[in-house]
Amino acid sequence: MTVKPAVQTANWCGQSIERFEDAALLTGRGRYIDDLGVRPDTLHAAILRSPHPHATIRRIDTTDALKLPGVAAVLTGADVVKLSAPLTVGVRAPVQCWPIAVDRVRYAGEPVAVVVAVDRYVAEDALELIDVDYEPLQALVDPMQSLSSNVLLHDALKSNVASDRTFRYGDPEAAFAKAAHRVSVEIKYPRNSCTPIETYGVVAEYEPGEDSYDVLANFMGPFTMHAVMARSLKVPGNRFRLRTPPDSGGSFGVKQGVFPYIVLIALCARVAARPVKWIEDRLEHLAASVSATGRATRLEAAVEADGRVTALRYDQVEDVGAHIRAPEPATLYRMQGNLTGAYAIRNVAVRNRVVLTNKTPSGLNRGFGGPQLYYALERLMQRVAVELYLDPLDVIRCNLVPSGAFPYRTASGGLLDSGDYPAAVAKAVDEGGLAELCKRRDSARAAGKLYGIGLTAVVEPSVSNMGYVTAVLTPQERRKAGPKNGAQATATVAVDPSGSVTVHIASVPQGQGHRTVAAQVTADVLGLAPKDVRVVGEMDTSRDAWSIASGNYSSRFAAAVCGAVHLAAMQMKGKLARNAAAQLNVPADEIEFVGGKVGARGNPDNAIPFGRLAAASHWAPGTMPDGAQALRETVFWSPPQLEAPGELDETNSSLCHGFIFDFCGVEIDRITGALRIDKYVTMHDCGTVLHPGMVAGQINGGFAHALGAAVYEEFAYSDDGAFLSGTFADYLVPTATEVPEPLILHVETPSPFTPLGAKGVGEGNCMSTPVCIANAVADALGIASINLPLTPKRLAPLIAERKP
Amino acid sequence: MPRLSAGRRHTVRVTLNGRAVEGEAEPRMLLTDFLRHVLGSTGTHVGCEHGVCGACTIDIDGAPARACLTLAVQADGATIRTVEGLAPEPGRLSVLQDAFRRHHALQCGFCTAGILMSLDIYLRDTPSPTEQDVREFLGGHLCRCTGYVPIVAAALDAAQKLRGVARDA
Ligand code: FES
Ligand code: FES
Repeated sequence: MTVKPAVQTANWCGQSIERFEDAALLTGRGRYIDDLGVRPDTLHAAILRSPHPHATIRRIDTTDALKLPGVAAVLTGADVVKLSAPLTVGVRAPVQCWPIAVDRVRYAGEPVAVVVAVDRYVAEDALELIDVDYEPLQALVDPMQSLSSNVLLHDALKSNVASDRTFRYGDPEAAFAKAAHRVSVEIKYPRNSCTPIETYGVVAEYEPGEDSYDVLANFMGPFTMHAVMARSLKVPGNRFRLRTPPDSGGSFGVKQGVFPYIVLIALCARVAARPVKWIEDRLEHLAASVSATGRATRLEAAVEADGRVTALRYDQVEDVGAHIRAPEPATLYRMQGNLTGAYAIRNVAVRNRVVLTNKTPSGLNRGFGGPQLYYALERLMQRVAVELYLDPLDVIRCNLVPSGAFPYRTASGGLLDSGDYPAAVAKAVDEGGLAELCKRRDSARAAGKLYGIGLTAVVEPSVSNMGYVTAVLTPQERRKAGPKNGAQATATVAVDPSGSVTVHIASVPQGQGHRTVAAQVTADVLGLAPKDVRVVGEMDTSRDAWSIASGNYSSRFAAAVCGAVHLAAMQMKGKLARNAAAQLNVPADEIEFVGGKVGARGNPDNAIPFGRLAAASHWAPGTMPDGAQALRETVFWSPPQLEAPGELDETNSSLCHGFIFDFCGVEIDRITGALRIDKYVTMHDCGTVLHPGMVAGQINGGFAHALGAAVYEEFAYSDDGAFLSGTFADYLVPTATEVPEPLILHVETPSPFTPLGAKGVGEGNCMSTPVCIANAVADALGIASINLPLTPKRLAPLIAERKP
Repeated sequence: MPRLSAGRRHTVRVTLNGRAVEGEAEPRMLLTDFLRHVLGSTGTHVGCEHGVCGACTIDIDGAPARACLTLAVQADGATIRTVEGLAPEPGRLSVLQDAFRRHHALQCGFCTAGILMSLDIYLRDTPSPTEQDVREFLGGHLCRCTGYVPIVAAALDAAQKLRGVARDA
């Protein structure tokens, strides 16, 4: 990547300026949760976790632990039940979700007791003194087995299926009846997670005089969870103050899953009557933080002779683990408007079942529903090509949503905002050198090598509709519950008495550089340089502007949050322009903001410094025109396109839709089964690019996550439910040695629905890349069925089975 | 090495980034905890506490070491460099740190301290690495944000600049 030096211009957006975050982070001056000071009387928590995947808890004896000098309190499920309410569950089902095991453990690693002590070492000593009497039960690991098992995870539910819904869009039966061919795939998508290098952390206090909690946690949103946590703690939202630290060591969705621990540690602080701090360790994180869902899918297509798909029939079984923890079953419904991917397929039938198993509860994880859905859909498109003897590229091309059809309403209700998919594919094929890659395959095969090419086209949704998860309810249930929709983004632009500008964003950055980009956006509006703008990214729910959609997920920053920053800055500019107009004696619409000055257009002498104008509302408010006091502007922006799911279950699950077309060449070692990525090309349309360096960072980072999911990573369980991936030596994360550099290409079709034309870009490769690599492996080995991760252990027998 | 008793705290003296410092540690205390919570040097991070992620890498007596696999008492008398000691002065960055900033070689920055320490030592000993060398060397570190591409670019860029500095000297 070449790095262009930043130069003074009116268009800071679009430049890869250096990040303001970096100087502190590079010199060891970051302020992550475990770096911040705590009150001197703070205690430290350690959590006893279940070694069993499924067992009844007969008895917990904490006597000896409580006797250990330095131990202040021990909490068990009974204490938690006494002091709190269960965490809200997103489906209508008689199941309770607590942040700690209550009478029964349902996954290996589930919290059973918490010790609070003077330091972490003593707290961990005390864990060994707790005596728990377990009666082991049969564990259910395979979601398909769970569907029909007599062993129940939650007895009141009477089965292990927490939700079973069918959907019908268009006329799938007719399309299948007429179809020339039927092609189907069955897949099992494994469980994995993006495992940020910083683990969870919580510091909680309770003030009995006010019955209020004050919590600092490296939570990332969505702030829908604030309501869930407050309800569980049995206080109104204004008595549950949630703050986030200035820096966070990555999240990728995963730090949404700290929320049950926020409740748990808050209760510890209440019982111990002192502040309590807890930092998760890596074993805890891998075993029990959060996992992406596993999914078993059967997907069938009705296909015309030319490869055009006229209908899809999904049967999806979602493995959410031991509890349906909020916001699940959102993983299953995040893609509801995008069931047809990048294709113009008008008929869709769906059955969605949410099943409980004896595994860690699932939650947000980069890609969120996309990897699972596209693994089935794009494997299917490859199978269409193979079974009909067509070129896979032709099958993709003939099914794409055509150019000029945007905004395009998908069969299931998604509104694809913008794009030119055929043009993006053509450009990628040309500039990425697909023809040359095919020649490489030919010569590799001629030399006796196992070489394959995979292709994928996906739509990358961003800016989630807060109402999409209600698609799990029937239309009648939704009517009763009241509509949920929208995606409120928030930003505040303020000027201080010295005339300098501070921006607050409620996007809870986890390392993506939000502060830098928000400064660029603001600087462009106000005619300043980004370094003149300070951006604050930490959140305080008692002080800052926020709403349920706040936070760092669904790739909403560039599209929604930067849009809100732009609008707030424009509002500030409007007021400042009126003030300037009064002072400079020109109409407000002739005022311009350039180079740190505010002046009359075309008359550089008639201008005042920005800082002076901006400070005036503080020093001389009486001289401002009516309503033009320019001190602080807060914007709440929610796009009107994000409507609640309709009477026919049509669901516009996301606001923006990027497009990705990937292809790759892989070679598999005949002897070892090792997979080598020979070439990887990824074409992106993420609308307007605000910071090319960061966009490249998101794509490269997402690609590495996707490669990990495709080839190395799995939260593995033995058949009896024991957890097998408790260290980074067992859960293999790819390193620089394994991750090749993809060729990244771009086209830009700005989104008409966002203020700056930007769309999300952070998650796309997690959706497209695993299946692209799998398609290449299937091509190399000539096999129909293939599941992830593509480890040598999985590939070696497939190589051996091939006919020579 | 002096005799230590399990339940007791011992004084541990180290030279940390050029300054003599000391603190108390039980024999079982990890060096990461000692640096971060006793000495207050929070720049060194903890990602796994089992020696795989590399986030805690520091320089002990001139060699890279995992602070999470080292006991504080083992470091008694050692000369330690951490990320806080890399910059030539406050407000300025080292050649390597600056290359990281220009190449966007960090996002969350949590892995960064360990990677900088490893590369700082590596580039001193290996002034002209190839891209493949750097990629293999970095195999001892996990970064979940960047996909490594910009880290490799920054390391190669820094190596080149450092060679220039060495030549001019
Ligand atoms: S924290 Fe030491 S290697 Fe991970
Ligand atoms: S920058 Fe976040 S883990 Fe490397």
